[in-house]
Amino acid sequence: MTAKGWRDTVPGGWIKEAGNALEYKTGSWRSIGPVFIPENCINCLFCWAFCPDDAIMVKDGKMVGVNYDYCKGCGICARECPAKNKALVMGEEG
Amino acid sequence: MAQKVAITGNEAVALAMKQINPDVVAAYPITPQTEIVQIFSTYVNNGLIDTEFVTVESEHSAMSATVGAASAGARAMTATSANGLALMWEIVYIAASNRLPIVMPVVNRALSGPINIHCDHSDAMGARDSGWIQLWSENTQEAYDNMIQAVRLAENPNVQLPVMVCMDGFIISHAMENAEVLPDEVVREFIGDYTPQKTLLDKENPVTAGPLAFTDSYFEFKRAQAEAMIQAKPYVLEVAREYAKVSGREYGLFETYKLEDAEVGIVVLGSTAGTAKNVVDKLRGQGFKAGLLKPRVFRPFPAEELATALGHLKALAVMDRADSFNAFSGPLFAEITAAMYDSGAQTKIVNYIYGLGGRDVGLGDIEKVYGHLARIAESGKVDQRLNYLGVRE
Repeated sequence: MTAKGWRDTVPGGWIKEAGNALEYKTGSWRSIGPVFIPENCINCLFCWAFCPDDAIMVKDGKMVGVNYDYCKGCGICARECPAKNKALVMGEEG
Repeated sequence: MAQKVAITGNEAVALAMKQINPDVVAAYPITPQTEIVQIFSTYVNNGLIDTEFVTVESEHSAMSATVGAASAGARAMTATSANGLALMWEIVYIAASNRLPIVMPVVNRALSGPINIHCDHSDAMGARDSGWIQLWSENTQEAYDNMIQAVRLAENPNVQLPVMVCMDGFIISHAMENAEVLPDEVVREFIGDYTPQKTLLDKENPVTAGPLAFTDSYFEFKRAQAEAMIQAKPYVLEVAREYAKVSGREYGLFETYKLEDAEVGIVVLGSTAGTAKNVVDKLRGQGFKAGLLKPRVFRPFPAEELATALGHLKALAVMDRADSFNAFSGPLFAEITAAMYDSGAQTKIVNYIYGLGGRDVGLGDIEKVYGHLARIAESGKVDQRLNYLGVRE
């Protein structure tokens, strides 16, 4: 986001655009994160349901990866993944 | 037709609130404010007005509900005193920083401890840096008039700040005085329909109120908030001019009394100004050039105007009905003195802390202050800056 001067702030700090939390990329908070192993994934979407942010990307009903712009590395998806060989494991991803 | 009535301060404020007919009032009773809420609730219960009256469980909730209602776009009010204001504290700041035009009568009472229910200004003075506009009242008439003006002022699109209407507990709130009240329709026309500048309830234009702002933006929001207060002053006067047209009563940033040719003067807030005017009259009758200045608007602080009005005095006493416990002075003294220093005035200034916890201030007490000023004017020297008036040694 471009840094605004005080004259350009909205009085009282009200946010007039809906959904602009998307502009606030919180992924930088992460120290370690989930690494996705597609061949192990059974597409149960537990990871998507449990993710406390919105960092599990789903396309056509299938898990397709982790959105690292918002993933904070909490590890819940990796813990909840029920596949025999886990499709999400915590590691030093980018 | 305006009507002359015998009325207490609390009754007058409750009447003003009835005439304003806010969308929402959320309040909790506390002495000496209780009657305002109690009388107002009977208006609601009797169907005279259609305010949504929320009986909350504490002042923290009262201010929270008021902030919520104002954020939703409602004309919202509450009322409190002393420890109630203290309990609201967190949300008092949020009301101002979220730029919500809330009006709140503060019936001034001493903050604990020791626990005390009587008048001093420690409650509102404590909130002086909270970002609220503060209007102070000398009597029931001024409390009523300030309430009605406060609505227009707070809601002005260029102001959008909450307003405290301060009046002395018991001395004003519970004493019956003559006052002139306006007809309901005059008040309604004066305040007009409320068009909120922002609302949480417009689903076509969704907004977020009260978001997080960290190191990269908090300072910009506070600077903008500071500017809102800096720019509020002319609107205080604009609303006062408009109000004079419907009421015949004129208000400014402060009132002066026989100050123009005075050699010594007192600055004092609230009901004590009424007492001091009597002393000024008596001293004038003895050929002693005494004068008085009573601030009405403490926030925004009219520094230049005050310094201009006071700068010709040889000696000045600033009276504080609150102590800052800073080993220096009360709050009003510190700011008046700063304004005077900035203007280059040569006036000698002393501070009197008085009336804490409702300690009575009589004519003789005020005369003593003028006597002290006469000695300072003659000698050109301040012997003692910080003085306590009416305390047993």
